[in-house]
Parts: sequence; structure tokens; C-alpha cells
Amino acid sequence: MIPMTASLALTLPELILSLGAMALLMVAAFGGDGLSRAIGWGAVALFAAAGFSLLGPAGNGGPGFDGMYMADSFAAFAKLLIYIAAAVSVIIAPGFFGRAGQLRAEYPILILLSAVGMGMMVSASDMLTLYVGLELQSLSAYVLASFMRRDGRSAEAGLKYFVLGALASGILLYGISLLYGFTGTTLFAGISDSLAKGMTVGQAFGMVFVFAGLAFKISAVPFHMWTPDVYEGAPTPVTAFFASAPKVAGMALLMRVAVEAMGSGTDSWRQIVIFSALASTILGGVAAIGQSNFKRLLAYSSINNVGFALFGLAAGTADGVAATMTYMAVYVAMTLGSFICVLQMRAPDGEPIETIASLSGLSRSRPGLAAALAIFMFSLAGIPPLFGFWPKFLVFDALVRAGFWPLAMIGIATSVIGAFYYLKIVKTMYFDDPAADYAPSASKIEGGLIVLSALAVSPLGYLAIPLLDATSMAAARSLF
Amino acid sequence: MDFPILSLMIALPLLAAFACLFAGAKAARWIALIATMLDLLLGVILWTRYEVGGPQWQFTEHVALFGRFAWALGIDGIALLLIVLSVFLMPICIAASWDAIEKRVPEYMAAFLLMETLMIGVFAAQDLFLFYIFFEAGLIPMYLIIGIWGGADRIYASYKFFLYTLLGSVLMLIAMLWMANQADTTDIPTLMAYDFPASAQTWLFLAFFASFAVKMPMWPVHTWLPDAHVQAPTAGSVILAGVLLKMGGYGFVRFSLPMFPVASAELMWLVMGLSMVAVVATSLIALVQEDMKKLIAYSSVAHMAFVTIGLFAFNRQGLEGALMVMLGHGLVSGALFLCVGVIYDRLHTREISRYGGLANNMPKYALLFLLFTMASVGLPGTSNFVGEFLALVGAYEISSWVAFVATTGIILGAAYMLYLYRRVVYGALTKADVAAMPDLTARELAMLVPLGLAVLWMGVYPESFLAPMRNDVGAILARLAPTAPHSDAKVAIGTPHPAAAAHAEAH
Repeated sequence: MIPMTASLALTLPELILSLGAMALLMVAAFGGDGLSRAIGWGAVALFAAAGFSLLGPAGNGGPGFDGMYMADSFAAFAKLLIYIAAAVSVIIAPGFFGRAGQLRAEYPILILLSAVGMGMMVSASDMLTLYVGLELQSLSAYVLASFMRRDGRSAEAGLKYFVLGALASGILLYGISLLYGFTGTTLFAGISDSLAKGMTVGQAFGMVFVFAGLAFKISAVPFHMWTPDVYEGAPTPVTAFFASAPKVAGMALLMRVAVEAMGSGTDSWRQIVIFSALASTILGGVAAIGQSNFKRLLAYSSINNVGFALFGLAAGTADGVAATMTYMAVYVAMTLGSFICVLQMRAPDGEPIETIASLSGLSRSRPGLAAALAIFMFSLAGIPPLFGFWPKFLVFDALVRAGFWPLAMIGIATSVIGAFYYLKIVKTMYFDDPAADYAPSASKIEGGLIVLSALAVSPLGYLAIPLLDATSMAAARSLF
Repeated sequence: MDFPILSLMIALPLLAAFACLFAGAKAARWIALIATMLDLLLGVILWTRYEVGGPQWQFTEHVALFGRFAWALGIDGIALLLIVLSVFLMPICIAASWDAIEKRVPEYMAAFLLMETLMIGVFAAQDLFLFYIFFEAGLIPMYLIIGIWGGADRIYASYKFFLYTLLGSVLMLIAMLWMANQADTTDIPTLMAYDFPASAQTWLFLAFFASFAVKMPMWPVHTWLPDAHVQAPTAGSVILAGVLLKMGGYGFVRFSLPMFPVASAELMWLVMGLSMVAVVATSLIALVQEDMKKLIAYSSVAHMAFVTIGLFAFNRQGLEGALMVMLGHGLVSGALFLCVGVIYDRLHTREISRYGGLANNMPKYALLFLLFTMASVGLPGTSNFVGEFLALVGAYEISSWVAFVATTGIILGAAYMLYLYRRVVYGALTKADVAAMPDLTARELAMLVPLGLAVLWMGVYPESFLAPMRNDVGAILARLAPTAPHSDAKVAIGTPHPAAAAHAEAH
């Protein structure tokens, strides 16, 4: 039995974030929206503190709270990504909401609370911890989606997300209760022991429902329907957040459930993952072709990329899990960069523009922005020498090592479908005649973030391979 | 390891490309020209320092920079000559674009310099995945070159180019992953000596074939080439025909043949069959083209078929011939595209029937165009004769039918090239705008004359080019020998006829 204080020390990042969020909420309540920017920077400082706390026992301290919570290097890797993505989502918010006069002090706090939930998700080693963490994340996300409450599309996005999210939570909870009923425990370790004796029909049903619920959270086909609508409707900084941090958390959670709780049933869930991965890469590629709204296109791109990340899980090996974690790390850089570029798409009067057609001839009016966006697009398509190639390389390498080379052949062929619409963006920016100019860039911070993420996915990223390999392999090993 | 000359050759154009992006149009032209000339100089140094008959891999560099794969460079004689070809064509390309490209010059020059970096990288890479990265990365600058500075239908052509070649290459990546996993190394020289299981070789061969056949391009996956060529700017066509197509042939020489000798022998007839169709079909298609660039593009497909025929003949003549065709075609097709570019710059049309009688007002042009036309036909004394002759000799050793069909391609080649030349250069000078065209400028002469000299050099003294490759071809032949298919000639050594012997002695 681990003493309570030791268990609490393991949750130090969550403690920092939740206590900090409450303190900032008080500041917001008494200081009002005028302090929004200060609260935002406070939130960033909290993320930094939480990130540094991972260096202590919270980073690799083992199980806590009688096995309901796990602080291992897998969780630490995911948390680091989540905190970075969440902090960026906070930093880019004032530029967007400030222009609309909708800058509110609650925004950073909601993101903080959501991050607490995500931290719980990736550290969960019990079905109930998982569910509580997931709900905390989701409830904050529903509010964030409808954050611009006077905007019809934003309200619609929030409502849609809530209704479908609640349905998915219900499905997940039903799966959890089935698993509890047929295994007698909610602990991952206990479920794994029970499944090792052979999977019963009831357990299989529970597994399918759990996977379905989690597939919704990472927007994998066939549970992706909400993604384009929510991504389009939600305010852009919120969309950037949705596309990055919760994706990492959901993917990490899915991997932990698949490996720790159901590792003995790998052959059973592998079919689900393979189907979902292939369906996501194909649908994410085909459906994106006809889009005219850039945010919708990026939504399909995220579906497409989640499909590729799932290929790593389909391998079912430590290599595969490490590949998927690397995929998520690089994906976060690419997707955040792309969405910050979307933030730059503004008419001279400050109104945001989201059509792909407005990117026409961008390479002549804003060469720097066009070059950055082209880097992100080629990188998302996985074309070397950009760094987006590397995670794709790793997931297919894991598949081939596990002996699934025919699947790897089919999977990589679907990446060509996706390449088509990424090329379309580059074509619009570089080959077409210039459209109306955008407003000049207002924020040095946004520009700096674009440069940073573009450098990260540029060929310079290859120099980070030894580091990424070592950390992601350490993270993956802690699951097996 | 001494001075890292290969890394320098790769880095120099890359740095210049960045410099171009921040320069004006005029400065960008000069930066590009100086950088490519310096790289040419380095290429010449590379050639002179290369030790013929020395170790198989020279100028090797190895830095374990990327964890799973390494920055490993090194060249053999084959790679050496292809690198020299690349750096030789680049300054010519820059010169060809000097006035022809007016819009967005810095980006254009940057794209070309990036292209040069990647081409040298492909030929110098000694690590499987480093090769793949260079090989694939070339798609991006070429896509931009065709799409931004191309002709009217450039967007369709750029998409087709990109997606065709991408689909071919990704399958190769899976095969590479399997190989690296099986052999537990990504080092190309080691893999070239590794014996993969025979059952796997067929699959691996087909996966690599998907990539190289598209790049080459082989019939029936050649259709991206005429589109890309016609739409690309002149210099883009020169690089495409001169170097990028050679990557397919280089891939066969470097990967398919030495790494999968069993599958190569088994699938010989697949390659031979496609090549035979290509030689005849594309030559006939070239015969009826109305567009000069399209005609030369189809002739490229036909010439590349000679390369595959030579490569899959499994003997020294065939291999050496194929490599010589690659080099010769790199010079000649590049020169022909430049010749088209010269008159396109004056009249802004590629339609053959719009020209005629150029011999009257452009004698220098007519002379040089004739030289390259004859070289393309394979006239003795020019570069292509050596290669095509050797390739056909090689093919004849393995199968007289292949040699028979391929030789008809030579005849058809003469037909479409001479027909083109007649329509453009001979005849009466009846069109006023054509008559007003001035002869070659000093810049154009400076582009075409070195190419002409190189073509003659290769034709008159091919030993300079064959010598560096001799041992490397021998190494590949040694890998192929155990499984090489038998000749259909069934030659038996008989006893000499006494009368004939006496007759011979009398002389």
C-alpha cells in the first residue's frame, strides 16, 4: 500500500493545474475580463510548472492510489505534448478573440481544466479514472466549442459536439459496465488477467463498445462525423486545441487501454483498429478533396492522420506504440502550425476568412506565410524531406516488423489519396493568380510560433530523431 | 575519411538556394550561375580525383546522425558519372532560363538549386533511407517548377507528375523497410551483397519496379512524361530528361539487379516485353506528333527502353551499353530540349508546322541541331551510338528477338528525328515571322557548344566514360552470374573448316 502523500506526489502536474485553475478562476471572478491576458500568461506558467514537475516522481513514479493511477514515462510523454499544445492554444487566443471583442477570462481556465482531465486520461489505469478524466476533458471542450456564444456557427458546433459526445460517452460507459460485469473489476490489470483466460462474448461486446467510445474521441472513422462541423464552427484557437491536445490524450488513452487492459486480446481488437485506420485514411483523404473551407479540410486531414497513427497501434508491438507516440508529437507541431496559419487569414477589416479560394496567390502577397503553410501541407502529406515523413515511416516500419507488410502496402497507398488535396492547397497558393490581400500580420507571437513549428517539421527535425526515438521507446516500453 | 567533397557538393546549392530566396531577380540569376559553376568545378575535381580501378566506393562519408539511418555518402564509377552529368547540365539550365524566365526569378533559381542538391544526394547516398528521402524530395521542387513556370496546362501536368511518381515510390518504401528489417542494416553496399530469400525477392523486385518503372518511365506508365515535358519550362525539361529519368535506371543498377538477382532473372521477360513494346510503340507515336517537345518526350521513352533492354541482358555489353545510353541520352535529350527552347523563345510556339527553312536564316542553329539530331539517331561518332550499339549487342547475346525488335526502334528513331529536322530546318523559308528570327546568341552558343563537344567526346573516345564504370559493372555481373538466364542463341564451338583456315592463313 502506497501512502497517500506518495500517491499525491505522483499527481503533482494535475494538482498544480487544478489548484492553479481554481486560483485563476478567483482572479477572473473578481478581476473581470480585463485581466484575461494576464490570466492567459498565468495559465501558460502553470503549464510550464506542470511540465517541469514531470521531472520528479510524477514523471516515472509507478502506480498510485491502489493502482487506479499510473505515473509512467508513457504518461509523461503524452502529458508533455498535451501541455505544450494547450499552452499554445492559450497563447494564440487573445489575437483571435481580442479582435471580436470576445476575449474572456474563462478561456485559459477551461483549457487548464481540460488539461487536468487529459492528464487523468493518459495516466488512468482504471476504467473509472479513465471515465472521470475523459468527462472532465469533454465537458470543458463542449463549452470551448461554443465559446463565441453570439456566433451561430460556434453555438451549433458546441451543441453538436455535446450531443454526439454525450452519446459516445454513453457508449463508452456501457462498454465499461459490460467489462466490469464480465470481468468483475475496473482495474486494467484485473481486466487483462481475466481476458487472458479467453474472451467471452460479453467481454468482447464490452471491448467493442469501449473502442467505439474512444474512437469518437480521436475522431476515427466511423465515429468521425462530428469533426468537420465542430472544427469549422468552433473559434479557430479552440479548433487548434481540439486538433492537438485531446487527440494526443485520446490516442494515448486508447493505446493504454488496448495494451494494458486488453493486451491479452490483441488479436481481437486488432481487426477493429485495422478497419478504423484504413477507413480513416481513405475517407479522410477522399472526403477532403471537395472541401472549400480550409478548417473543414484540416478536420479531414486530422481524420486522415489519426488513421495513420492507428496503424502503429495495429502492429500491437512496443515499436508500434512508440511510432504512434512519435506520430502524435510531430502531428501536434504540424497541426498547430497549420491552424496558426489559419489565424493569419483575415480580411483587411479583421474579419476571419476560411475559404481555400482566398489563399489564391498567397505566395506573392505573403511569401513567408505561404512557404510555412506549404511546409505544413507537404509535411502532413508525408513527403520527405519534411519531417512529417518520419512518423509515417515509423508506423509502417512497425507494421512491417510485426509481419503486416500487405497492410502496410495498402496503408501507404492510401497516403497518395491524401497527398492530392494537400497539393491542392499548395497549388492554390503558388500557381493561381493572387486574390484579395489579407490584413498584415498583427502578432509577432503568432509569427514566431509559425516559424518555430515550421522549423520543427523542416528537415532540421531529423536531427531530433535520436531523442524522439529514445523517449518514445522508453514510453512504449512502460506499457509492455 | 578526408575532405567531405560530396557533402560540400550537396550543401553548396542548398545554401545558394536560400540566398536566392532573399535576393532580387538579377542577383538570384548570378548566385545560381556561380553556385552551379562552382559545383561543376567540384564535379570536375571529383572526376579527376576518382581512382579508376581503386576501391569500389570512394569519397565515403559516414555520420550516424539520424539514429535509425545515417548520413552515409560514397560513390562508385556509375554514380560518379551521373553526378558529373548533373552538375554539367545545371549551369546550362540556369543559362537557358536567364531571359526566358521573367516572373518570380528568385524562387525559380532556388527551386533549381534545390533540385541539384537532391539529384547529387540521390546518386551519392549510401544509406537506403537517405536515398529514399533524396529520391522522393525531388518531387517537391519539380512540382513547383512545372506548376508555376509551366505552360497553359501546367496544373494538370504537375499533379499527374507528382501523384504518379509518389504512388510508385511509396510501395518501394515498404519494400525498403522489409529489407532493412530482414538484413538488419540500411547500408547500401552491404545490402548489395546480401542474399534475400528467393521467394521474397519477387515481391521486393516488383515493389522497386513500381517506383523505377514510373520514374524511368517505362511503357505503359510513361504517360506522365509527355505531359510534364510539354508543360515544363525549357530548363525543367532538360533536367527532367537529362537527370531525373536517369534515377530510374540508376535504381535498377543500384538496387534491383544486385539486390534481387534471382527475381531479376525470373522477371526478365516482364521488363524485356515492356521495353520492346515501348521501343516500337512510342517511336510510332513520336512519328505523328505535332508538338516538338512531345516528340522528344516520346523519343525519351523509347531511348529509356534501350536502357532497360541493356540492363536486363545480364552481360557486360548490355550493362555498359545501358549506362552509356543513360549518359548519352542525358546530354542529347537535354540539348534537343534546349534547341526547342531556342526557337520557342523566338516564336513562342512548339508547333512543328509553324517553322520551316531555318537553315537559311539560322545556320549555326541548324548545324548544332543537326549534330544533336544525328546523335539522337545514334550516328557513329556520337554519344548515343556507343550506348545503343553495346545495348543491342548485349540484347542479341541473350535473345535475338529482343535485338530484332529493338533495332526496328533505331530505324523508327531515325525516321521521326530526321522528319522533325526536315520540317523545322529544311524547306523554303516562306513564313515572314520565322524568317525574322535571329541566329544563336552568344549565350545560346555557350549553352549548346559544350553539349556538342561532350556528345562528340563520348562518341569518339568512350573509354573515358567506360573506364570508371568497368569494375562496378563487373561487380554487378558477378552478383548476377549464378542466376543469369541462358542465351537463346545456343552457340556451340565447332571445328574450323580446313579450307577456310588455309584461306585465312594465306592472307
